[in-house]
Formats: sequence, C-alpha cells, structure tokens
Amino acid sequence: MKAALTAIAAAGASAGPQRQAHIECLLRLGDTSLVLGQRLGEWIGHAPALEEDLGLANLGLDLIGQARLLLSYAGELEGQGRDEDSLAFLRDAPQFRNLTLAEQPNGDFGHTIVRQWLIDGWQLQLYDALQGSSDARLGAIAAKALKETRYHYRFSRGWLVRLGDGTAESQRRMQAAIDGLWRFTAEFFTADESERLMAQAGVMPQLPPLANNWLAQAEADLEEATLGHPPAVPYPWQGKQGVHSEHLGHLLAHMQHLPRTYPGAKW
Amino acid sequence: MSGKETQDKTGVAADWPLFEVFIRSRAGLEHKHVGSLHAADAAMAIEHARDVYTRRQEGVSIWAVPSASIVASDPQEADALFEPARDKVYRHPTFYAIPDEVKNL
Repeated sequence: MKAALTAIAAAGASAGPQRQAHIECLLRLGDTSLVLGQRLGEWIGHAPALEEDLGLANLGLDLIGQARLLLSYAGELEGQGRDEDSLAFLRDAPQFRNLTLAEQPNGDFGHTIVRQWLIDGWQLQLYDALQGSSDARLGAIAAKALKETRYHYRFSRGWLVRLGDGTAESQRRMQAAIDGLWRFTAEFFTADESERLMAQAGVMPQLPPLANNWLAQAEADLEEATLGHPPAVPYPWQGKQGVHSEHLGHLLAHMQHLPRTYPGAKW
Repeated sequence: MSGKETQDKTGVAADWPLFEVFIRSRAGLEHKHVGSLHAADAAMAIEHARDVYTRRQEGVSIWAVPSASIVASDPQEADALFEPARDKVYRHPTFYAIPDEVKNL
C-alpha cells in the first residue's frame, strides 16, 4: 500500500486533486523556509555582535537550502516547467503558502529570536514526522533538514532562555515578542483539506496530534525562560492558504526586485 | 577590558570575554588554534565557534578556552628561551627513515 502510493507520487501521476494537495504541502514547507530565510538575511550587518551576525546568516542559508530542495520538487510535480527560481521570484503574495508568522518583520533581536524559536519548534515536529513519509523524496529532504533544524532550535532556545531569564529589560522585551507573535501559532497545526488528503496518503503526518508535542515543548522552554504565553486565539491565520498579512508584499518586493526588473539576468 | 574605547556602538559585544578557539579537523588529529571570538559564557563560545569557524566543514570537534586562562611566554625573553636550541640539530628526528605508512608526522 505504502509502496504503491510512493510509486504514484514519484511518477507524478496521481489524480488531479491528489497531486494539487501534494504540491500545496510542499509549497507550505518550502515557502516558510524561504520567507524566514529572507527575513534572517535582513540582519546581515546589523546583528548585535559579529558572531551573531554569522549565526543568523548560517540559519538563513540553511533555510534557503531547504527551500531550494522543496520548491524544486514542487515545480517538478507540477510539471509546468517552473523551477525553484521561478517559484521563488515570479510568484505574487497570494501564491505564497508560507506560515504567516514567517513573514512578520524582524523587530528587535528578541522578536527575531521568538519568531525563530516558534518556527524551529514547528519544523522539528514536522520534519521528524516526515522522515516516515510515504513520499521517499520528501522523507529524505526532511531527514537532512531535521539535522539543521536541531541546531537552529538549540540556538533560538538558548537565546530565549538567556534573554527571558536575563535582565528586567531583556525579559520585558522577550515577553512583548511572545505576546505579539503567539497568535500566529494557531495556524501551525490546523489542517485543511490538502493536509488531510496527504495525511491519508501517508505523505504528510496528521497535524493535530503534533500540536500537543509542540505545545508541551514550548511551555517547558518558556518555563525555563521565566516567560509565559497568552491564551490561544480561536482564529487561525491563513498564510498556508495564501491569505497573508501586509508584510509579505514588502518582503517580496525586496526579494524579487532584481529578477523581475532584469528577467533572465545571470550572475 | 574596562575602557569605553573598546565598546562597539551597542556597548554589548565588547563586554563579552574573549575565548580562544581550537578545532580538530578530523578524528585522530590534534586540535589547532584557529582564532578567537567574544561570547558571554562557555556554552555560547562553542556555538559561536561553530558558526564562525566551522562553516566550511573545517572540523569535527571544538575547544574554547577563556583567553585570560592562557599563560604566554614573554616575547622579550625569546632569546633566552629559544636561542639555545638553535645549534643543537642532533635533537631533530632526522637521523632515521620514516616508514611510508606513517602519515601526519
């Protein structure tokens, strides 16, 4: 059963809605990595210390590497000749499928760390579960990305605890960042039709059970950091469905300016 | 490190103590000094060293040592310390053949 599904997925011959859902799920992972990687790139030359500058850049490069693998794959499944670059640089905001949290502005260092820690936690759950995907290629990408994500999490969690359990000022800023960003986590493990279809096919994990693992870990981290989180919001954001906050358009204008102004430009 | 002149514009990084970083490039080889960096404590020093000095697969192991813990010889005393060895070539292990199988010597 599992092998048969893998064969279908690999051949890209699955029925229309099935394949569409498969592409959707790849874009959600890939776009989240791409957009967050772009945000981290904005820190280059501005981080509080040279060592952190390099650290954030390393994280961003890992994420863009993940995006390349995932977007290339999505383009191949789609079969309309779009490669990683055309997907990254020639789509408009409503076609992006990233988590709304990923596109939120850097803010201060604390905001960047909280955003990173939240998405690292989400990726840890997903990539870990995806290692057992019936889609062998996606499983291999997840296995590679998981190693990177474990380091990202170590980095962001380390700063969360340091600054949360730091001075009165650093704790105030970290709590403000959590209060501002927590509402975007409702989207993390809310599954829609695409994700349910792919979960049935074994391509994606069931999302709702992962939410409990993620929340338990997040609350343990927050306790160590002497921080807390606000109550969950009932309304999930819908970046995964292409409904974004106003920030994504600005980010894309910056990221896509060159290839759109000079189509086909070569380095 | 107390003077204001060592502070950067944020006034933070310059207050972090300095660490010396040693990297082992592969199993079986020794750790070699590769440079130094600032970090708030030992744990952060390892993470910074990973980010600053192993981006191009330079190593499989990292040591970080507080720079203040290193005891150094005085350059003024270099003559007294090192000159006397100069004319004692018989101390070099050059009087026997090294087998081809021995690497990294």
